[in-house]
Amino acid sequence: MKVGLFVTCLVDLVRPNIGFATLKLLEDAGCEVIVPATQTCCGQPGYNSGAREISQRLARKVLAEFKDCDYVVAPSGSCSGQVKIHYVQDLFRNAAESERIEFEKLSAKWFELSDFLVNVLKLTVLSSEFAAASFPGSITYHDSCAGLREINIKHQPRKLLARSGCNLIEMNDAEKCCGFGGTFSIKLGEISTRMADNKCVNIAVTGADAVIGGDLGCLMNIEGRLRRTGDAKTQVYHFAEVLAGMAK
Amino acid sequence: MFFKQTASVKLNDAVLQKALKNAKGKFVDGRAASVATIDNWEAIRTHAAALRDRVIDSLDAYLIEFEQKAVSRGAVVHWAETADEANAIIVKIARDNSVKTVTKSKSMVSEEVALNDALEAAGVTVLETDLGEYILQLAKEPPSHIVAPAVHKSKEQVAQLFVDHHHTPRLTDIAAMTREAREVLRSHFLAADMGISGANFVIAETGTTLTVTNEGNADMVTTIPRIHCVITGIEKVIPTLDDFATLMRLLPRSAIGQSITNYLTLTTGIKAADEQEGPEQMHIVLVDAGRTKLVGSEMSEMLRCIRCGACMNHCPVYQNVGGHAYGWVYPGPMGSVLTPVYKGIEDAGDLPNASTFCGECQVVCPVKIPLPDLMRKLREQQFDMKLRPASERWAIKVWGFFVSRPALYALAARIGARFAAWIGGRDRLIHTLPGIDGWTSGRDMPAPEGKTFRELYAARQIK
Repeated sequence: MKVGLFVTCLVDLVRPNIGFATLKLLEDAGCEVIVPATQTCCGQPGYNSGAREISQRLARKVLAEFKDCDYVVAPSGSCSGQVKIHYVQDLFRNAAESERIEFEKLSAKWFELSDFLVNVLKLTVLSSEFAAASFPGSITYHDSCAGLREINIKHQPRKLLARSGCNLIEMNDAEKCCGFGGTFSIKLGEISTRMADNKCVNIAVTGADAVIGGDLGCLMNIEGRLRRTGDAKTQVYHFAEVLAGMAK
Repeated sequence: MFFKQTASVKLNDAVLQKALKNAKGKFVDGRAASVATIDNWEAIRTHAAALRDRVIDSLDAYLIEFEQKAVSRGAVVHWAETADEANAIIVKIARDNSVKTVTKSKSMVSEEVALNDALEAAGVTVLETDLGEYILQLAKEPPSHIVAPAVHKSKEQVAQLFVDHHHTPRLTDIAAMTREAREVLRSHFLAADMGISGANFVIAETGTTLTVTNEGNADMVTTIPRIHCVITGIEKVIPTLDDFATLMRLLPRSAIGQSITNYLTLTTGIKAADEQEGPEQMHIVLVDAGRTKLVGSEMSEMLRCIRCGACMNHCPVYQNVGGHAYGWVYPGPMGSVLTPVYKGIEDAGDLPNASTFCGECQVVCPVKIPLPDLMRKLREQQFDMKLRPASERWAIKVWGFFVSRPALYALAARIGARFAAWIGGRDRLIHTLPGIDGWTSGRDMPAPEGKTFRELYAARQIK
């Protein structure tokens, strides 16, 4: 099974560790992983800023890069929503039929990481190495908006984390937006910060040692607010890092 | 003031912040509990969205049917293409009938056209009778919410307003305050020359206009005065009473978590010869004010809106800044779409950008309006028309240039990652960085590890 890894621009730039954790999880599960070297971005920052043509150009680039893969996996619900939903339902909705079909195929073979592990690979029994990777402390989980509301990522990461022995304490309003919203976090930073604050309060109430999520943008936003408010203790990880034993 | 600046003030308004938190119980938890009792909620939403689309597709036909039926029951139907026309029509009705005083029940369209100002300018005294609107009329403030107009005010602020205007002892109990307001309003209800109401829907097959309220004030406005004037948007028409029954399953639950409102009033025509009650004249002013422009456009789904307020109640931006930050009649995601569409994209400013696209509004919308998609379309218009700041457009273009050129991008990313890692220093946090001060003014930026994934991966493949 040829699996393309879409690493995402943020992971590539900021936290390669998440990319390698994803790679390890896929390879341990027996996938032949391909990482197209020319990949950059799914186009979402431009798309949500109103730059439609640029985002269409990037979508075509993504399509070409992963043409030969049986599946494509991304450690992000947000980028996955962009490809699975917005490419097809909006950007190429009125494209020529042949191109639209190509994007529909891409959408069908594209999976967010936890969704792929649970629903495609059906990793019901984890390898011993996998199980030993569990995070030693307690965790709480933040549901990122696009993953949750666009492509139904909710139980998949929790299932995986539970099976690897993590002690999950659910926070209040786990499904509430953390305030990231891509360029929103810079354009309307003050509101974004308040939303992050609300999230941090809900995290603190759980007393968990770490907050886990599936989208690096949200994690950076939450971590940034935690640190600014003097919380140097609560750790912030992508679930892939925890599952792969690479939470460092 | 623009959204960003007003929002900043609102974020630091302690009274508002407390009021917004209090409102969540009914609007969010209450809605969820009430929706959970309906096992085919999603099917009803789908049906209602299709129903509203069908109406919008044949808006002219349904409106003509409505007019014929309403006229046959003795009503006069007026067509207002603009806000000014709507005001002129109603002022003329008042003048023709020597109207001195008007009682009014809640109508967002009347807020939209600024009807009260027009009537006052013509020498007519207008009294708002919805408790929230009454409070705001005393306070000389616009509504901050389409269902709960005074939701931003505290009990203490209202108590002070009543002391100042009623000249009565200060009350602390909400029920007692409500009773006092009711007593003040009572004589006005009985004496008013004309009653003005909005309409939640108008029904084509019967010529009926209807209001959905919890206070009963609308009934006093529509039945007691000799003239009843309805002002509403042309998109409020629905084909049949059955359709109304369907939409009523959605509206009160979405708005306030109630299975039905205390009052549900259907008004059809004037007092008949053998009837004791009802108005002698009924005028129905159907307002366009930008609505027909949406029919058949990429924004047409917005016309499905049944004004429940669920989108704002669940919006994390609205929940933190309140309705006044949005600058016009309609707050929250619906306002971020309607204000630019009705008032002009040129002046929209941050409104289409006042969303993280978290998607909650779309999920709770009873008629499935894809609000994030509509806001994005407005962002596209802003981008194409160069309405966003030059720095922002430039940043997107530079970004677009690099991400489309993989080799160049890889190089830039390597340099950027190293540079940012260096700024991050030992604690790996960037405390301030020009260009992203919107971020760093409130948060640290976790610094990159230093090398990009792709360069590390390439090195690994060579080994």
